[in-house]
Order: sequence, then C-alpha cells, then structure tokens
Amino acid sequence: MGFKNRDIISIRDFSKAEILYILDAAAKMDRRHDNSLLKGKVMASLFFEPSTRTRLSFESAMTKLGGSVIGFSEPGTTSLRKGESLWDTIKMVEKYADVIVMRHPAEGAARIAAEATELPVINGGDGANQHPTQTLLDLYTIKKAKGKIDGLNIGFLGDLKYGRTVHSLAIALSHFNATMYFISPEALKMPDSYLDELGEKKVKFYEESDLLKVADKLDILYSTRIQKERFPDQMEYKKYAGIYKLDKSILPHVKPTLKIMHPLPRVDELSPELDDTPHALYFEQAGNGIPVRQALLSLVLGRMK
Amino acid sequence: MKPRTLKISAIEEGTVIDHIATTNTFKVAELLNLRDSETIVTVGVNFESKRLGKKGVIKIGGRFLTNQEVDKIALIAPEANINIIKGYDVKKKFSVAIPDVIQDIVKCANPNCITNREHARTKFHVLSKSPLKFRCHYCERVVGKESIELV
Repeated sequence: MGFKNRDIISIRDFSKAEILYILDAAAKMDRRHDNSLLKGKVMASLFFEPSTRTRLSFESAMTKLGGSVIGFSEPGTTSLRKGESLWDTIKMVEKYADVIVMRHPAEGAARIAAEATELPVINGGDGANQHPTQTLLDLYTIKKAKGKIDGLNIGFLGDLKYGRTVHSLAIALSHFNATMYFISPEALKMPDSYLDELGEKKVKFYEESDLLKVADKLDILYSTRIQKERFPDQMEYKKYAGIYKLDKSILPHVKPTLKIMHPLPRVDELSPELDDTPHALYFEQAGNGIPVRQALLSLVLGRMK
Repeated sequence: MKPRTLKISAIEEGTVIDHIATTNTFKVAELLNLRDSETIVTVGVNFESKRLGKKGVIKIGGRFLTNQEVDKIALIAPEANINIIKGYDVKKKFSVAIPDVIQDIVKCANPNCITNREHARTKFHVLSKSPLKFRCHYCERVVGKESIELV
C-alpha cells in the first residue's frame, strides 16, 4: 500500500483497508526498537495553537526513531504575529523539513497547508474539525485491548456535540461492524450531520441520556471532557460539567471486561479511583500515541512499506 | 378600445433565463450584477406558469453566461431554464444543474473555516442535490441551501 508522501488530514480520506494497514504498522512499531529508522529526516512541528500531548507525542515519536525536530509551540513566537499567511509559512518551512506536523485553530487549515506543499502534512488537529492521529490511536487501542474492532458495542459519554475526537472516531468506526451508543444530555448530543452520515452508512447506533440504561451492553466506554472553552455561557458549563461523571459506582452495572477510554486531559468526569481497576485503558491509550505516530511518520516518509 | 399592454420584447442576441421561481428572480438578477448592465435587461415576475404557478423571466441582451454564472444560478434557482438567443432564434436551451463540486462561487458558512480567514479559494462536495447538502472540502462542515452565500 502506498503511503509515501501521503497527507494525513482527515479520517474520511482513509478506507478500512488503509486504516487496518496503519494499525498493523503501529503494532510493528510497538514490537521493534530500531532507533535509526528516521535518521537524517527532519520533522517540522508547527503548533499554531498550544497542545501538550499531541506535540510531545509527535516529537517523541520522531526523536525515538533517530529523526530530528524543528518548529514552534505557540504562534506568538513566529512571524505569524507579523501577519504572515499560513500558505507562506508552509512555503517557507517546506525548504527546511521532510514532513510537517501541524495544529491550527481554524478548521481546514491542514488541508490548505497540504495544498501549499509537496511535503507530506500530518494534521495534529484543525479547530473543531479533525484529529486523525488521535482517531487512529483510539482504534489501535481498541484493537490491542480487544483483539478486534468488528462487532463491539462502543459507548460515547459526555460532550458529543463539540467533541472532535468522538466525531472522528464514530466516522472511523462506521467502517467496522460496531454498534454505537451515544450517551449525553440533550444539549450536548451528537450533531445531526454525523448521525445522518452514520445512518447513510447503515451503522447501528442508539442515543441515550442515561448511562445506566445501556452500561451493561458496552465493551468500550469512551468518556470525554465537557470543555469549558466551548461554552460562551459559564452557567451552562457548570450545569453540565460533572453530570456524566464516572467513578466506582458504575462498576456493578458494567461487564467485567469493559474498558474505559478517555482522550485526556480529564477534569472531573473521570474519577482517579478508577485508575487502578482493570477497566482503565486511558493511560495506555495515551501511550499508544507513540507507536501510531511512529508508524505514520515512517510510512509517509517512505521508510516503512 | 383594447388597453395597451407592454410585452417583453424579443432580443436579437443574448440570454433568456426562464422558469425562475418568482421569489428567486431578483436574487438571480443580483448575482448576475444586472444593475450595472449597459445592455437591455428585462426582469419580469409573476407570469403564469403551469409548472411553478408564478414564474420570473430575465432577458439579457448581448450577454452570454459563463459556466460559473450558470452554476451560481443552479444554486439559487435550481428550477431555471436557460435559452441562448442568436438572430432572434433559440440556439440552445438547457436546464441548470447543480454541479457535483461547487468551486469558487460559494463562501463557507463556517466563520472558523480557514477559507474565511485566509481568503483562500473555496470548494464543496455536493452530498445531495434535493434537498441541497454539501460538505466544505476544507473544514468538512455540511451545510444546506439556507446557508448559501455567494462569493
């Protein structure tokens, strides 16, 4: 499968076979410890918006394989402050690097960047739109924990309206024969455009506001943070924050094999008292960012077939 | 005595846009910037129409539409027909059709889309023609007819 020079912009750009190919490549990365695979390659890490996890995980993935990293972690330190366009920034960076990883607050920014350069561009998040490497690491985590993705019952909990990770993962899961449960208050429910898309793909899904009604069916429960910054009205935020809090009181109602995932960072919605239970999968999930991003970098740089 | 009526006069050369829903007629006139036309333009509304009940007609002397203008009309008035007139004859007649890809003629309705921030070209993939639904190539937001804002 040809991934050399391919852009990783949106999960919608990938077929099921391609997704599985990337997950297999990530599994190979998990097993091998070749620290010179990306020697001589330079990754430009362009974070027009701050991010700790994604940036550190990409930079770690690159350096662990012998590559090097240039870039910035906030736009305040760059010529963007002087009004340089994204297009021009990319045209400049293209001369300095072999691959571009970027996060940007505007939706569609990574797609524009990919049009500006011949270099492969990996989207590390474009506004509320896509975060495909998070989606791939979520899929990898599910597959690694459960041995499969097909046929699983997967619940999404919390802010499903603004949760970018939820939207992308639901679209990716539509390739697999998974049943999805969207558990949220009415005001934070999954947007209709996504439900329509799943409906057109004949995906089986249910909407529910009470977790307890469906808890015993789930193989995976994907919890999300209710993001303060998404609410212009802080009264609204307070009303919903913590409403879907997960703690040990849920355990009598779930399968013993249930795994709980969360894209992190968490605030109140996921109690630390679950961390030591066999249900907690979220730290492993964060760790899986490394092999998945190593695989993607190696594939698009043509160092892995 | 028969009252004098003013009919829309035939044009020798140009374009007749027919079967426009009356409510869309002035929008079409506006998108073609007919206000600034220096040739003869006739805009009529509330003509009887079997298909639409009431219809509008626009005749533009001495002007032929570009493909992009025809695409714009298709988005605003998907019911319209276009007649190309040469030597007082209809040389070609066709219905407008919504293209599969809408390029450079519509602004993205999402204010946080990069195309609204960087003055980039716009592109949308049509998901459904009736009801009209299309996805922005960049921000991936799906919008419908109610959000169309022409460039």
